[in-house]
Amino acid sequence: MAMTDSQKTFALDDDSVVVVIGSGAGGGTLANELAQQGIDVVVLEAGKLHTTSDFLADEWGAFNQLSWLDPRTTSGSWRLARDFPNLPAWIVKSVGGTTVHWAGASLRIQPHEFEALSHYGAVDGADLLDWPLSYEELAPWYDRAEARMGVTRTHDNKGLPGNNNFKVMYAGAQKLGYSCNTGHMAINSEIRDGRAPCQQRGFCFQGCKTQAKWSTLYTELPRGIATGHLELRPESHVARIEHDDEGRAKAVVYFDSEGREQRQKARVVAVAGNSIETPRLLLNSTSSRFPKGLANGADKVGRYYMRHMTGSVYATFDEPVHMYRGTTMAGIISDEARHDPSRGFVGGYEMETLSLGLPFMAAFLDPGAWGERFAGAMDQYDHMAGMWLVGEDLPQASNRITLNPEVTDRFGLPVANVHYDDHPNDVAMRQHGYQQGKALYESVGARDVYEVPPYPSTHNLGTCRMSERPEDGVCNGYGQTHEVANLFISDGSQFTTSASENPTLTIVSLALRQAEYIAQQMAEQAI
Amino acid sequence: MKGSAFSRRVFLKASGGVLMGTLAMASGPIALLAPSRSWAMSLETLTSRQGQVLLAMTRHIFPHPDLEDAVYALVVKSLDTKAADPQVAALVAEGIDVLDREAGGDWLSLSPSERFALLEARAGSPFFELVRGDAVVSLYDNDLAYAHFGYEGEAGNPGYLTKGFNDLDWLPDPPRPEGGYLPHEVPG
Repeated sequence: MAMTDSQKTFALDDDSVVVVIGSGAGGGTLANELAQQGIDVVVLEAGKLHTTSDFLADEWGAFNQLSWLDPRTTSGSWRLARDFPNLPAWIVKSVGGTTVHWAGASLRIQPHEFEALSHYGAVDGADLLDWPLSYEELAPWYDRAEARMGVTRTHDNKGLPGNNNFKVMYAGAQKLGYSCNTGHMAINSEIRDGRAPCQQRGFCFQGCKTQAKWSTLYTELPRGIATGHLELRPESHVARIEHDDEGRAKAVVYFDSEGREQRQKARVVAVAGNSIETPRLLLNSTSSRFPKGLANGADKVGRYYMRHMTGSVYATFDEPVHMYRGTTMAGIISDEARHDPSRGFVGGYEMETLSLGLPFMAAFLDPGAWGERFAGAMDQYDHMAGMWLVGEDLPQASNRITLNPEVTDRFGLPVANVHYDDHPNDVAMRQHGYQQGKALYESVGARDVYEVPPYPSTHNLGTCRMSERPEDGVCNGYGQTHEVANLFISDGSQFTTSASENPTLTIVSLALRQAEYIAQQMAEQAI
Repeated sequence: MKGSAFSRRVFLKASGGVLMGTLAMASGPIALLAPSRSWAMSLETLTSRQGQVLLAMTRHIFPHPDLEDAVYALVVKSLDTKAADPQVAALVAEGIDVLDREAGGDWLSLSPSERFALLEARAGSPFFELVRGDAVVSLYDNDLAYAHFGYEGEAGNPGYLTKGFNDLDWLPDPPRPEGGYLPHEVPG
């Protein structure tokens, strides 16, 4: 029986509900947390409801099942625009959103990263800004999020056991004087929360069949539904948000599973469609009052798109590794995540174990490549270890999501164009990361080392950023838009800067904090 | 098994051709999966010679000296399916014509280094990209390739917790707590 079968339902003209758009880390968590407080919520999710029994141990099969494959376009000097021009991001279109596919790494943003401008100083070509909230303000919410998600190495959750790929990283870290452990992961290391411990399948990106990895699909959403205050509507693709004469959001127009246009009235609207769809939706919501799109009076919606400085290093060894066995990302080195401009760049980066199966290794090792070097790498697949580099990239006004009037989706709506140019700081950081990753693997006897370019973006951030002043961004420190008091941004679009950490834990923490704020504002009749 | 290439008998269908071969290795992972040493694959649209050219071409693009032709044949099979689209079929026919013309008649009759030189000159062309772009998926996404390159694919579905996720023994085992704990282990 599907979790939606006996759920409470709400009428389309019920204007007392909070409408949450998206059911991933931000939307799914916010919706449940509101429902737990007795607030009625309708969750509109563009994707289908897949259960864990649908998940496939097959990279391409799962990719086609779960990914957001609706058309998008790209521009800019980033290599993705050449290699994967219609796939700028590797994110999910399914109930649970990208929490179905995420690796589980749950790191707190560091205190100084909330104050990027104050701490780094102005950087040419970037519009750095301090977040309008501090680490200290978010810390208790981080604590709650870690408890809720069962993050290892917090709240007495023991560390996950290291796999073969971790053993190689750990040995190299020792040689370089780095600290290394199996990470802070929202993956059960033992039975917890009614869910199994990790079985070391190695298919984290394909959906966790045993539910060891936290996902809103089988935690937040069913629990929210169980309160009788949450209705989940899968296959509901939101087209635009409408407002009343006072400029307050009043309804959400969407296409249902049959392609019919529906209009759900709302008291509050929270947008959590990931950092490409969220600004696209606001930009598509134009009116005579908001000619540039909703909440876009400062012309910041869609700008400052960040996707993290990323890259991978794979190395081959004389002896076998079988890196694909076991948790994909349970191995983290944070020594380079500090801010130390003597390295030639501001901000820092994390080094995290990563493996790809044979099909995706072929696709992503060096897109477009062929010949002996490529084949030689594939020949050593089972002797290969790998890591992912993930670091802070800088907010540039010209890196942005815009509507592409030339290309429309199946509902006739303009698709998102994703424009990105690397900042020189991003390039310098990536080069440093490649060099350190190479040194790490060579210290334990690497034969060949491969510097692998960024994959389609999994961390999409910043396109509706938080700012103290309305002219610098889209929303305040609670994700409430500066222009429309009952419209909230509830996903990674809120991020003022990208910081170097995987973003999900912060998205969940912000959602928990936002839920409390929305409930207070509703109780005070402020919204 | 995904994309099985083997049948003991050849069924000639429609206008398509047939690819045939014999496994080079009598033992090893692929031989274990194969019902017999000789293999044959029928083609729906492409001719036998087109199939042979595409197979040879794929061997140059992704040169794995020890990888059986039977696995490369899966790329030909995938391209044959795509060639149901007349535009793809035309691109293949024209691409092979160009290689043959530049070879002075028969690209397949040249030495491997001469074949490679002509192919390299066509790198980036729509025909070359059609074959490369298909092969980078179809050559590496099948059970025979998994067996050859040492990836366990769907066999990993139940999990490696008791099947070697931490069996690497040529480096020291990381200490606790850094290296973590098995589900039943109690820290301390």
